[in-house]
Parts: sequence; C-alpha cells; structure tokens
Amino acid sequence: MGFLGLFSKSSPGTNVAKLPSGSFTIDRTGRIVASTLPRAFDEKLTQEIGNIVLEMFLKAQTVNLPLREVFIHYAGLKITARELRGGAMIFLAPLKTG
Amino acid sequence: MPERLKILILDDEQDLLDLYRDLLSKLPSQPEVFTANSGARALALLNSEKCSLLLTDLNMPGMDGFQVLTIVRRRFPSLRTVVMTSLVDEQIRARAYAMGIDLYLEKPSGQEEVQLFVDCIESLLEREETGGFRGVQSKSLVDLIQLECLSQSSSVLKITNKSVEARIWIQDGDVIDASVGELTGEAAFKVILGWKTGNFEMLAADPKRERTIMSSYQGLLLDTAQAIDESQATEVSAAGEPSVAEGGTASPLGAVSRCKGVEFALSVDIADKSKMDAWGVENPAALAEWTHGLMHKLHALGEKLKAGQLVKVEGMGSQSNLGFLSRPDRELCVGLRRNMSQSEIAASLSEVGTKWVS
Repeated sequence: MGFLGLFSKSSPGTNVAKLPSGSFTIDRTGRIVASTLPRAFDEKLTQEIGNIVLEMFLKAQTVNLPLREVFIHYAGLKITARELRGGAMIFLAPLKTG
Repeated sequence: MPERLKILILDDEQDLLDLYRDLLSKLPSQPEVFTANSGARALALLNSEKCSLLLTDLNMPGMDGFQVLTIVRRRFPSLRTVVMTSLVDEQIRARAYAMGIDLYLEKPSGQEEVQLFVDCIESLLEREETGGFRGVQSKSLVDLIQLECLSQSSSVLKITNKSVEARIWIQDGDVIDASVGELTGEAAFKVILGWKTGNFEMLAADPKRERTIMSSYQGLLLDTAQAIDESQATEVSAAGEPSVAEGGTASPLGAVSRCKGVEFALSVDIADKSKMDAWGVENPAALAEWTHGLMHKLHALGEKLKAGQLVKVEGMGSQSNLGFLSRPDRELCVGLRRNMSQSEIAASLSEVGTKWVS
C-alpha cells in the first residue's frame, strides 16, 4: 500500500487561483445586480471588469462607434459582454487547453 | 473628283439650323450640309447618308443629345461628333467627352466666336481627309503607343498637356525619339508618359527623324512605368499629412488598410498617445485617446486576473465593427465592415495582426 499510496495521495495544495467561470450583470450605475461567479472570486475584480466594460460601451458611443457586444480575448480567458440598456451582461470563460 | 464630305447638324431650333447651314456650307472644304430638328430624323439621315461629322445640341425635346450620341456611338463608331450647346456645366462636358465626342463647343454668341467655331469644324474635317486619329478619350498614352508599336505603324504622336506640347516619333513599330520642351530621347519619353491628361493627335510619319531611343518599346514602357510608380510613392510619403490621414500606399497602415473588410485604422504609441498614424479615421485624436486608455486598462486587468497576455479585442457595432490589437510599442484599432460576422471579423483581425506586427 505504501507504494500505491504515492499515487493515491493528493498533491500538496497550490496557490494558483482558478480563472473564474460564470456570468454577472451590471446596471448602468455600475451596481452588480446578479452573478453566477464563484464566491471565491474576488468581488473587487468582478466590479473592475464591469466598470471597464461599461466604460468601453460608453466611450465607444462618444467616438460615434457604438458597440452592442465585445469579446476580450486573453491567453487564458475570454470575456464576452453584451450591452443591456446602459448596463451589461458579462460572461467569463476560461479557455480550455488540450 | 473626290467625294464631298457630309455634315449633319441636329438642333431643335430651325433658325439655328439655317444659320449653321449657311456658315458651314462656306467652309473651304465645301461640305454637303444636312440638317435635322429631331434625334429620330438625324438617325434616319445617318442611315441613308455617309456623314463624316455630326454636330448636335444636347438639350432637345424627346430624344436628347446624349441619347442620340449613345446610339451613334454604337451604330456609327467612326463618325466624328461635336456637341454644340448653351449648357455651361463641367459635369455635362465631362459626360459628353466620356461618350467619345471629338469636341464640346458652346454655341457661338459673337462674331469672333462664330469664326472660332467655323475654324474648329474645318480643322476636324481636314483631319478626316488626312486620316486623323479618334476615339482616344478613353485610351491611355501607353495604350496608344502599344497599339502603334504592335501594328508596326509609323507615325508621330502629338500630345498637348495644357500649354505644353510634346511629340513621340514611332517608326515601323519602334519608338525612335521623343521631345518635350528642351528634353529629347528617353528623358522626354518618361516625362510625357507621366502625364495623366492631355490631348492626343496622330500626325503623319516622319521617316527622316534621327533615332535617339535604342531600347525596345516594351522595355521603355516598363522602365517608365516603374519610374512613375517610384516617383508617386516618393510624392505620397513626402506629402506627410495626406499619407497619414488618407493612407496612401506609403502610409504605415497601408498594408492594414488593404486587409479584408477594413474601413479605417489607427495605431497609437503606447508611451505617447499623441503619436499616432491614422487611415480613414474621422476623429483620430478622440479614437487614439480611447484606444490608448482602453488597452492600458485591459492589460492591467489581465495582470490582476492572471489571465495571461491580452490577445485581441473584438467589438460588434451598429455602425462599424471594431478590432483592437497590441504590440510592445503600439496599440491598433481597426474599423471593420458592419455586416461582417464574428468569424469573419476574427479572420480579418488575424490578417491585420499578421501584417501590422510584421
């Protein structure tokens, strides 16, 4: 068993945070009204994502290039945001590898 | 005895027809003058009489001058045509010339103008007698030279550009000399081929002309075309502002602007947002500021999320789709056609990325 135990033992815990998966809705004032993101995910980061997205929609209008949907591609995460009456519905999806 | 040349005059005003008939009957070439007061009558006359020249008004009831010219061009392609009108409008003039007319004259109003009108018509008839050249309005100079050389012709091509007159001598299908101002030979030939507009006239060959150009006409045309391309590229980049704002081939965004679906593009320096290149952008400063700020925030967000490098941003809009890309030193924003699907946007952005990064 001692030998097999080497395989059955869980590896020591790591500090690597998982990329969030889920969605949230933010209203035009920047208030998060609904979220399916894991509780472990920092709410400040959720708010920051929401603020950046709202500002993006707003600034796009000021340069006469209004947007209804944006896709932000990071190497490990895709953020999709849909404009929603001044607010936005935002989806976070970690990219699958392999 | 040579056959008399025939002229047909078309105008809806009978008094004017009578006046023109009197004037043109007295020309030195003594042409036979026919008149018609409607387009239908004119076409019937052209079918029955072998006319050398048609003078037509434009503004007529029923079939107007343009309709007549359209039919004439198709049915009688070798017929010389002169528009004689009181319409003073550059657009109409250009449209008439685009239809292949030989001359666009305003109706003469004074004695001096009447004399000029008569001289112009006589000159056209003289050219008819000596086998002059026509139908060059839609041909470039290169086309003309190629045609002459391919058909092993001998002629002198006289080109007038504003007040400058130039000549190209062609002998047995070879370009043997050219002259413009004090320039002769290949140097003159290159200058002449750089002209974009002008009037052309074929003159009789001049076999006594001494040959100064020894290159083949193909090589000559190729060299000249290359020289013109290079000089145009230099002019565009030297102009500075237009190349940035309008994105000529020399613009830093020239390659990006040629990618599928790209309507405008702007790149901005990461360290200094006032340093930008723009092509087709209405308000570059505002777009540069937004691009700069947005990309800065998204890079910072990526670091906080530990989501890896920011690859690209796509935006679907009601007026235009947008794409944003990053390079270590610059950010890029491109406007893409509104009706593109997301997969088409992705493909176009990929092409843009390849060209912009490289």
